[in-house]
Amino acid sequence: MPLDPSSDIRRVVAGRVEEIPPGERKLIVPFRGRAGIGVFNVNGDYHALRNLCPHKLGPLCTGRVSGRPEAVAPPSSYAGEPEIERDGEIVRCPWHLWEFDITTGQCLVDPKMRVKTYPVAIEEGEVVVYADPADLPPQPPSGAAVPATMARGRSAE
Amino acid sequence: MATTLTREQTRTRVKPAVIDGDIHNDLPSPQALLPFLPAEWRDYHARFGTFGYSATAYPRINPNAARHDAWPPGGGNPGSSLTFMREQLLDAWNIEYGILNCLIGAGARRLDQSAAVAQAINEWQVATWLDPEPRLRASLVVPYEDGQLAAAEIDRAARDRRFVQVLLIARTAEPLGRRKYWPLYEAAVRNDLPIGIHFGGSGGFPFTGAGRPSYYIEDHAGMAQAFQSQVVSLVCEGVFEQFPTLKIVMIEGGFAWLPPLMWRLDAAYGRLRAETPHLKRLPSEYIREHFWITTQPMEEPTKPAQFHQLLDQLGMSDRLIFATDYPHWDFDAPDQAFPVRLDPDLERRIMADNAKGLYKF
Amino acid sequence: MTATATDRLAQIVAQGVIDADLNVVVPSSADLFPYLPEYWREQINQTGFKGPGESSYPASAETSARPEAKPDGGPAGSSLALLQQQALDPWGTEIGILTCAYAVEAIHNPDAAVAMASAVNDWLIAEWLDKEPRLRASIVVPSQQPELAAREIDRVGGHPGFVQVYLPVRAEAPYGNRRYLPLLDAAVRNDLVVGIGFGGSPPNPPTPSGWPSYYMEEWAGMASIFQSQLMNLIFEGVFDRFPALRVTLIESGFTWLPSLLWRWNKEWKGLRPQTPWVRRLPSEYVHEHVRLTTQPWDAPPVEAQFLQIIDQLGSDELLLFSTDYPHWQYDTPEEALPPAGLPDALIAKIMRDNARTFYRL
Repeated sequence: MPLDPSSDIRRVVAGRVEEIPPGERKLIVPFRGRAGIGVFNVNGDYHALRNLCPHKLGPLCTGRVSGRPEAVAPPSSYAGEPEIERDGEIVRCPWHLWEFDITTGQCLVDPKMRVKTYPVAIEEGEVVVYADPADLPPQPPSGAAVPATMARGRSAE
Repeated sequence: MATTLTREQTRTRVKPAVIDGDIHNDLPSPQALLPFLPAEWRDYHARFGTFGYSATAYPRINPNAARHDAWPPGGGNPGSSLTFMREQLLDAWNIEYGILNCLIGAGARRLDQSAAVAQAINEWQVATWLDPEPRLRASLVVPYEDGQLAAAEIDRAARDRRFVQVLLIARTAEPLGRRKYWPLYEAAVRNDLPIGIHFGGSGGFPFTGAGRPSYYIEDHAGMAQAFQSQVVSLVCEGVFEQFPTLKIVMIEGGFAWLPPLMWRLDAAYGRLRAETPHLKRLPSEYIREHFWITTQPMEEPTKPAQFHQLLDQLGMSDRLIFATDYPHWDFDAPDQAFPVRLDPDLERRIMADNAKGLYKF
Repeated sequence: MTATATDRLAQIVAQGVIDADLNVVVPSSADLFPYLPEYWREQINQTGFKGPGESSYPASAETSARPEAKPDGGPAGSSLALLQQQALDPWGTEIGILTCAYAVEAIHNPDAAVAMASAVNDWLIAEWLDKEPRLRASIVVPSQQPELAAREIDRVGGHPGFVQVYLPVRAEAPYGNRRYLPLLDAAVRNDLVVGIGFGGSPPNPPTPSGWPSYYMEEWAGMASIFQSQLMNLIFEGVFDRFPALRVTLIESGFTWLPSLLWRWNKEWKGLRPQTPWVRRLPSEYVHEHVRLTTQPWDAPPVEAQFLQIIDQLGSDELLLFSTDYPHWQYDTPEEALPPAGLPDALIAKIMRDNARTFYRL
């Protein structure tokens, strides 16, 4: 996706494609703080979410990635075992544990809530996020792409 | 290009001091307590270990009920690394003072064991937390099921004024107004310390008045019912007539249930006061005089404006104390504490001043 | 009593009233003899068994009986004539729903429990329903034996006078527990509401911290047991299992409901994976499946706050007017009315329409 020079959109390289294999994620935290962007590889497709939970501004993208248990009734009452649906497509904020659909940003326990998402493209072997500057630090003087760094903390169990 | 500050940057710049009424420190491993235990109890732990009331298995939603991002990078349990706690909580949120509520080990059925462990925990807290970090204060862990032993530990340890509170738990073997606990209250008053009653515990009974529920959510959300019964007991037994200066802080129990409980208690008192002639005032008057409440887990009304109604009904805005509950999964961040924008004076009181007044910071 | 209040009472009464909670008491075991098989009559004569006792309502407590409600030689609530004079006629009650808190759950011999429950139900038919067409009643069941309770529900559930199965709120296990499925199934199969009422005599104490000292504690604390029951019904998924299940909380108070729904909704959002069959917000299950009677109001002292609470319920269909006769909850009938600040349409729903719809009267 070529950038219009007048556009406010900022092109951020998250890393080489092989750095974020399926099931993995990378946090782009270009400044000290809690926000930033999480780039997830879900079954080969890349998705970028703002690392800021719309509920209480927790570091959403550092949460556990899993699936969503679904059931019609407790297993021993009359139904079968609950099923884990969409394994690897759900991230749960580490604060308060609300579930979000990584592929859409939609909160699954509050239909009114959605986390901001960004377009992602693969360009010459690199995972590129087209980010809103409001979510990033001021433009570095050189105009160079912001170096991506890993967030600290555990990425996944 | 004009630079507009993002919300995060604004927040980073303006960080008023916060007092955190509920932080959980933990041992990095059970062995870490051994140097603080007398030899006989080290030996007992080596030969027997510990045991409590009937097993109650409500697997918590996360290991250690902790935030997924709160495991220290160097290993150990969440809340066991002061370095990481400084980085993730004290520095990050400009915590002026934080109160440690250590939830380890005072609930054993063998009461002298509880007493030994409580003393060891308190000495470990001094050496590992209070000495190295001047922003921290701690609650005294006491063998609360034995009023005399608990009073002795309060008298021993309270000389260190960095202990600012005595820690009890919401589920006990008897309702907390019963007289077996009175020596503990007497010692707290004697040492000018409030009593903190924290989420959790087990006195050996089912977690509800209707038997054992099935799920962790009932254990967790059901703590509001445990707190209610303790408020009822403390009021009805006349504890506040006996100890007119006693102060109680309810920690991690929520508070939206308190106004309806006050209304119900006042109604009950209206019909049943012949049974409790030792009570001289309405139950709600005792509650508003003697109780403080920490805010976490923050109430989230259906409509945010209902939070203002709640504060009005509660009538205890000078008694609310902000708390994060770090490092637990339902952590409340200081800058997101309320579901509505509060009057700045009120916000400052809840975030810091109310705690300063109570704990004399 | 002001003229306006009297006018308002007259106006509301003229529009029709359904009373969702009238309490009847079995005067003595001998009164059940006509409805007991010979073997059990002989057993009662042999042992002098006087019935399971009634510890939930101490006979002389003001909350148990209005002074004028005690007939000569019998307990309050045992006289149809007094109930007609004091509860039905003054209110112009079109329909009144009887509950009988005969504590069969305290009879440990399961066959005796069944026999006594059946006798009480046949006594209710003969002595109350057959004699007074304005009355409906609740089926007494041995709730500690759910299979046998289901059989009793099937035995009498077809009688048009029974509109409800009565369960005491205190129980050995909460009613969402899997063991009660046969009982709930029978209630639904017979198109009956499940009414959960004040009191009960299970083996476990009424608080998570054991036995309180004063009846005032038990009375005020009963609200928290209703809360535990309601939470359990939701999270066990019984409303998903039985989409037609209707539950009324009787004598529970209701001002606690909004704040508890906030808490449960919040916790569900984080803890949903542990009970994934709960697929909607807890408050939605309550709005669809649960109703609450109005006495005791447990009202705040300020009417504006009372109106806030009723608004916070989030539905105008939840409240069912009740007098709770012969329990002494108010001094003048005007005090039993919904607050005057409510819209007329909502008052009509509370006084009559909600119960008519829910109980299909």
